[in-house]
Amino acid sequence: MWTWFYKLASPPYVYGVAAALTPWFFALAGLAIAYGTVAGLVFAPPDYQQGDAFRIIYVHAPAAWLSLFAYTTMAVAGGIGLIWRIKMGHAVAAATAPIGASFTLLALVTGSLWGRPMWGTYWAWDPRLTSELILLFLYVGVMSLRPAFEEPARGDRAAALLSIVGVVNVPIIHFSVVWWNSLHQGATVAKIGKSDMPASMLMPLLSMLLGFMLFYGAVLCIRVRGEVLNRERQATWVREAVKS
Amino acid sequence: MTGAFWSMGGYARYVWPCFGFAGAVLCWNLWSARAHLAAARIRAVRAMSMEAGENV
Repeated sequence: MWTWFYKLASPPYVYGVAAALTPWFFALAGLAIAYGTVAGLVFAPPDYQQGDAFRIIYVHAPAAWLSLFAYTTMAVAGGIGLIWRIKMGHAVAAATAPIGASFTLLALVTGSLWGRPMWGTYWAWDPRLTSELILLFLYVGVMSLRPAFEEPARGDRAAALLSIVGVVNVPIIHFSVVWWNSLHQGATVAKIGKSDMPASMLMPLLSMLLGFMLFYGAVLCIRVRGEVLNRERQATWVREAVKS
Repeated sequence: MTGAFWSMGGYARYVWPCFGFAGAVLCWNLWSARAHLAAARIRAVRAMSMEAGENV
């Protein structure tokens, strides 16, 4: 197990694995997102209360879920870099931040557009919305903090610390609809568990969730390769990698 | 049928911008990741050529 773990610390290994995985992730993501979009927009029946407006769930819920997943990944990767001093941990954390931030923005914008016809307003200082907005600020903070130091290693450590401290916001976002009175509906996954959704609505949602995750994996692989090259450009193995 | 689909039961002005923005976010992610990798490659090549120049 530890051999595998330390293999992950090797930049050429990470670079090679990321390059090999990228086309597979993209192909599978394309299939899942194409199916989810067509099935969600065309074949899923309208909701009995929300009508066709409910179809926003097919982009909103996967984006919101991914915003939390990417942040947790960033904090864990930063923690690995901080505790075990594994440089690749910081590389993965740096690569994750802009992807997570973009999906957080997507969740906020689509949530706002969904809120207007359902709640009568684009924005409310609701616990779920506010904590998701704080998540976006945390992403922006982490991305701004890293290049603020002249020494890159110090920037990595500071960004890792901020992302670890900020991870407390992840359970707050998830449980905000349980802990406080909220305009926002309960957790979609819990609703799935109770089979509130018929299969014709649920399958496209699961497909979009999988597609967004695979897309995140693909984009993360490309960004990680860029981070590895930036950090290892003096290494001899980089010559071969850049030539190929 | 097609008209009903595009009108999304009267919610077209909320549903379509959501899907459009989602598409834009996916495209931006793809473009920016590729640009990030391309810039890193250029920096690596520049570093290599500078090193080669110093060794001559």
